[in-house]
Amino acid sequence: MTEITRQSLNEIIEKVKTKKISSTDLTKAYIKNIESAKKLNAFVTTTFDQALDKAQQFDNKPNFDQLLPGIPLAVKDLFCTENTKTTAGSNILNNFIPSYESTVTKNLWNNGSFLLGKLNCDEFAMGSSNETSHYGNVINPVGDHLVPGGSSGGSSSALAADLTPATIGTDTGGSIRQPASFTGTVGLKPTYGLCSRWGIVAFASSLDQAGPMTKTIQDCAIMLESMSGFDEKDSTSINKKNEQYSKNLKDNIKGLKIGIPKEYRVDNMPKEVDELWEKGKKILKDLGAQLIDISLPHTKYALPTYYIVAPAEASSNLARYDGVRYGYRSKQGKDLIEMYEKTRSEGFGDEVKRRILIGTYVLSSGYYDAYYLKAQKVRQLIKKDFDDSFKKIDAILTPSTPSSAFKIGEKTNDPVSMYLNDIFTVPVNLAGLPALSMPAGVDKQGHPLGLQLIGKALDEQKILNIGYAFEKNCGFKNEIKKWWS
Amino acid sequence: MSSEKFDYFIKGEKGKYEVVIGLEVHAQVLSKSKLFSGSSTKFGADPNNQVSLIDSAFPGMLPVINEECVKQAVRTGLGLNAKINNHSVFDRKNYFYADLPQGYQISQYKNPIVGEGKVLLDMPYGVREIGIERLHLEQDAGKSIHDMDPTSTYVDLNRSGIALMEIVSKPDLRSPDEVNAYIKKLRSIMRYLDTCDGNMQEGSLRADVNVSVRKEGDKKFGTRCEIKNVNSIKFMQMAIEYEASRQVELIENGKKVDQETRLFDTKKNETRSMRSKEDAHDYRYFPDPDLLPLKLEQKLIDDLKKSLPELPDKKKERFIKEYGLNTYEANVLVSEKEISEYYEEVAKLSDKKLAATWMMGDLFAMLNDKGLDISKSPISAKHFAELVESIKTGEISGRIAKDIFEIMLETGDNPKKIIDLKGMKQLSDPKELEKIINEILNKNKDKVDQYKSGKVKLFGFFVGQTMKLSDGKANPKLVNEILTKKLK
Repeated sequence: MTEITRQSLNEIIEKVKTKKISSTDLTKAYIKNIESAKKLNAFVTTTFDQALDKAQQFDNKPNFDQLLPGIPLAVKDLFCTENTKTTAGSNILNNFIPSYESTVTKNLWNNGSFLLGKLNCDEFAMGSSNETSHYGNVINPVGDHLVPGGSSGGSSSALAADLTPATIGTDTGGSIRQPASFTGTVGLKPTYGLCSRWGIVAFASSLDQAGPMTKTIQDCAIMLESMSGFDEKDSTSINKKNEQYSKNLKDNIKGLKIGIPKEYRVDNMPKEVDELWEKGKKILKDLGAQLIDISLPHTKYALPTYYIVAPAEASSNLARYDGVRYGYRSKQGKDLIEMYEKTRSEGFGDEVKRRILIGTYVLSSGYYDAYYLKAQKVRQLIKKDFDDSFKKIDAILTPSTPSSAFKIGEKTNDPVSMYLNDIFTVPVNLAGLPALSMPAGVDKQGHPLGLQLIGKALDEQKILNIGYAFEKNCGFKNEIKKWWS
Repeated sequence: MSSEKFDYFIKGEKGKYEVVIGLEVHAQVLSKSKLFSGSSTKFGADPNNQVSLIDSAFPGMLPVINEECVKQAVRTGLGLNAKINNHSVFDRKNYFYADLPQGYQISQYKNPIVGEGKVLLDMPYGVREIGIERLHLEQDAGKSIHDMDPTSTYVDLNRSGIALMEIVSKPDLRSPDEVNAYIKKLRSIMRYLDTCDGNMQEGSLRADVNVSVRKEGDKKFGTRCEIKNVNSIKFMQMAIEYEASRQVELIENGKKVDQETRLFDTKKNETRSMRSKEDAHDYRYFPDPDLLPLKLEQKLIDDLKKSLPELPDKKKERFIKEYGLNTYEANVLVSEKEISEYYEEVAKLSDKKLAATWMMGDLFAMLNDKGLDISKSPISAKHFAELVESIKTGEISGRIAKDIFEIMLETGDNPKKIIDLKGMKQLSDPKELEKIINEILNKNKDKVDQYKSGKVKLFGFFVGQTMKLSDGKANPKLVNEILTKKLK
């Protein structure tokens, strides 16, 4: 029975539907795994009692027509969950219990699933290694010395270690795709506006997007279908009909045109990443796709642009954490201003402070034009690069990250080298496009590596189809040994 | 055309100074719910009872624009003869304060919803055109309450997120009187449009006042000071007078006026420095990424334009043309929508000119006395018209009319009933009048002789006696005629 948790979400759903396993037994199996995986530090909060209640309710009155019948799910601690503590990985929200449920998690629960716990993440989703969390760093099940990626590091770690059958994360500059790549799992950042941002603790509003993290492409399609949809409470939500991604999943990609951008390389990129890219190209070509060399000339400006736009928005989004209405409040301040200063000094960690300072700086009068305004212009050029390319191609194939998972502590004292990890993922957020990271192989140390498929806006189905075909022919198997229990 | 000349200058020892004033008026939009949330906007609720998760800036909350507030801003813009922008942008204005939960105010900075417009003021020295620079939509902040506890400040977020229109004038105003006329005109236009109730006591209309002075005839503006958040016209006028004199004194003493923000102390009747230009906030405006640019279809604007009510300027012209009023009368009678409606109802049923005179005299005096709005008048427009008509036909005299007016006020009866009941009808039967006059002339033969020998002043005595004997009911016109004939 313990093997159930090794299976894909789709297989588990089938087992529940055919009554081979009850929701309660399924939930218990995950609880057992979670309890024996404390070393990974993937969870900030567990909601076992509540989950078992929900499982029991499902078993008493099952509805097998739902997309996620009786499925327990752990989610990133950036999604506000009603009556369950939501920290965003920060001390400043260490006691915050929302009275409301984020639209995305509500959609999941409405499709038959329920909450198993809240997953660790970088503080306010600012980080690429899950080392900025106030609740301690998360360990990659791939190896006890490795980071799980970030910011959705608790999500990738929990998923790869079979602590949840699937999960959701948020992706502002790569926070779903990079951890997926580091743990040999699938991660999708949807088109900006496909999933509602309502109830998600905001980092950078024009870039944030929630998305699924799963073991297979099929699972990814099921999760995306369950969580997405128009929400009138989010003004940037796209008003369109929901799609049946899993039902429409096809592995025939014959004739599709795949763009290969020449700019997606960095100095000292490990040979394996290049080899993996070549392997990916070959697989797609063998499946009948046509490879086309393209150029995205403004790619090199994406990272600096991102590190102006995202901190600018963050500096404003995080102004509400002042200790007045909720969350942590310092007991030190003698007056209002001092209370603000102490609360925010004690409540935020270094990386968050760094970005608030950068963001405040680039928006300041006298610097606004040189930084923020210029970044917005470059952002348009980056988007235009993609728009121009997509006139002649269906999707773009790139590596997900310039390397496999790095060592814990390796980059904590060098923010810029940490930021460089997002170099292939960030342009996609700036352009608001959907992109998928799928496991494709391992490097010479045996650490997983992913490839990224970038699609046109709202073309999730197409990149899922390509991923589906790729997955069947890639032969990647995530061989994680359970060293932690 | 105008009888008076503009004459508001501050006299210094070295000459006369012109005062230049620009206003930033904050007008609360009349709408059921707030600008970006569904919370109620009703005034006077218990503290923190009209606050949503959005207004109190909980994590993950997002603003959604209230379309009614947008329409109200467009209507107001159209009422100010202004350009409506099809494309406008909401920006974040960032600053920390306890009553600003988000840490930023959502406002409009570079691309406001309404562009340039104008407002006309009827001043004793002629019509003045005051330019409108822009109108933009923004959120109101909450309220910090400092006087409930000796050591703590309380915050009430009921007001947090309510829609405001900031209406920025050009520096076209030149005196406290013009400021008074401007605010009243804005208020009147918005009340006609039903876009702001203009209630200054409840804070639905507040203003920041920019004041500078320059030597009469100078082309260049002086350095201005901004006086924050003055909440009555009287205080605005006092603040301007004080501030202009202060600036003139500085200049005359060879000192410089510093550009700064000042507060008006209503108790001491003075302005004092709040923060200098160097200490001015850096608000770090940037487009709010939670909101898409506001795009207005031309059709929406056209439809709103078609549905606008007749506004005071148009109505004034019509009143002059249709009812034969003079400019002064027309201005008074269109100043408030309710007054103009009352007048039109009266004018339709009675003499138009006489109706205006009686409304602006006795009716307004009474309402003023009782502190009532015309909408609460104890005398209905219909009854008032009947009263006016009775005066016009000579059924009652003006003096009697005043008595009847008082009785109407007490009883709410119609004037006809009162006239009949109290026998107050005017005595207009020449035979009866002749009888009375004969009696008086007989009793006062000596005075008749004196009159005939040249003491014509005594005419008034005979009129008075006739009125007295008839209990004031005698028709004065007829009495005059008969007396003139008899005393020949």
